[in-house]
Amino acid sequence: MWRDALLVAGKDLRVEARSRVTTNQVAPYALIVLFVFGFAFDQDQYVLTHIGPGLFWVAVLLCTLLAVQRSFSLEAADGARDGLRLSGLDGGGIFLGKAAAIAAQLVALEAVLAFGIVVLFGAHLAHPLLLLTTCALATVGLAAAGTVYGVMSAGLRVRETLLPLLLLPVAAPIVLGATQAWLAAVGLVTGSGWRWLTLLGAFAAMYLTIGVLAFGTLLEEA
Amino acid sequence: MTPSSRQRPGATSSRATRILGALTLAGLAVLAFLGLYVSPPDGLQGETVRLIYVHPASATMAYLGFGVCAVASIAFLWPRTRSYRWDRLAGASAEVGVAFCVVTIVSGSIWGRYSWGVWWTWDPRLTLTALLLAVFVGYLALRRTGGDPLGRAKRSAITALCCFVVVPVDHEATSWWVGLHQNDTLFRIGKSPLIHGWQLATMLLSFVVFTLLFAWMVLHRLAIESMESRLEDEGYVWAIAERRSESGPAPAGATASSASSGPLVAGPLPPVATSQRMVQEAPGSLLAPRPLPRERGEAGL
Repeated sequence: MWRDALLVAGKDLRVEARSRVTTNQVAPYALIVLFVFGFAFDQDQYVLTHIGPGLFWVAVLLCTLLAVQRSFSLEAADGARDGLRLSGLDGGGIFLGKAAAIAAQLVALEAVLAFGIVVLFGAHLAHPLLLLTTCALATVGLAAAGTVYGVMSAGLRVRETLLPLLLLPVAAPIVLGATQAWLAAVGLVTGSGWRWLTLLGAFAAMYLTIGVLAFGTLLEEA
Repeated sequence: MTPSSRQRPGATSSRATRILGALTLAGLAVLAFLGLYVSPPDGLQGETVRLIYVHPASATMAYLGFGVCAVASIAFLWPRTRSYRWDRLAGASAEVGVAFCVVTIVSGSIWGRYSWGVWWTWDPRLTLTALLLAVFVGYLALRRTGGDPLGRAKRSAITALCCFVVVPVDHEATSWWVGLHQNDTLFRIGKSPLIHGWQLATMLLSFVVFTLLFAWMVLHRLAIESMESRLEDEGYVWAIAERRSESGPAPAGATASSASSGPLVAGPLPPVATSQRMVQEAPGSLLAPRPLPRERGEAGL
């Protein structure tokens, strides 16, 4: 399974590296989302600083939608999905590979977005260990849930509209937990941010389990 | 087809559902009478306390609907019990659950406006209930995507299980987090209920009546799901059979089954046969209780 995961993740990341869609389109889109938030809040630096962590994770969530749609649209043409089905790779391995590739792209986008909220919103990032742990768990959870719902909507005519409808509500606990942990890390709320990592970890574990168990079946029906 | 063999188009009822419907209607009337006239207003909340005869029972029915959906989804995914009947039950109960969830949120919002001064607040219970509604709306959208029935049913069943995770978290929200929403009024471990007399009796009746209403709605929705499934399976075949019968006298003993087993188009046919006309022109044949082709082979799914 792990070998299959590495193969699939390598394939997806190679395709992304060659097409440069993530760097040329998704990363600029992420920064534009931050700019739009800035316009919406009328350049009120105090408000932007205080809601910066929330805006950061909303932007990550929007980027997740693009990354997941991109990950499965790659295989829509030329019967590539049939090739994946017939490849004999383990379903759980394919799931882990695709989720790992999406997670790798999200990590890069989070770095861009973190730079963005520091420069544009004046956020003061402190407690790097808590911030990085939060990012790691939330990214794994988003990538796992995104991959599960991505394959569910992959073969459908309404996939572009169905995926956000399925994924956004499900990912709400990630946005809530990660935002609260970040707010605690930068000192905007009292209390320990570490307790939110339990929610993020449980979410990630649940969707990793569902994905490993069900992805093969879902891929067959996609 | 003789007129005597026709069934009423669109009929989803049976003798049992009509009795259940009558009981539900009578129960709702008694509940309205007790809730609006007999039960006294609350000392603190005044007349708004009457929403307690709708809100908790609606929330419980929403949980019940999503619970039935999850159990039916497990039964569909389990190879030994796999049957499209479970898939249809999951869809029907989720849809009714969503309806009750909307009633829960609306009635809670009205109560909140008079008790807290706002229509909505980001209380954990409220937020999670809204999230619960959103995930099951997504589930219903997934069910409506069409395509291969088996694939759609499997996708829906897995999604239902993912969505159901929110239910216990929502139910325990008032215990796990500090918020505005009050704790349970009736079922308190080791403690007596917070209400008494006519208020308690009316509230208990609301659970019974809403359960009857839930069952009545699910049974009718289940019948509609079965009709839709049959229309998908047999609608085209029956439309062809109807067109063939219009083009000339049908051979003795000709039925839709023979039409499906022989050449599909033997005589001159009109160029367009819409699904609407299929329903209008062959209602009895579509609604007649006959085993579905794919249900006969369910063991091999």
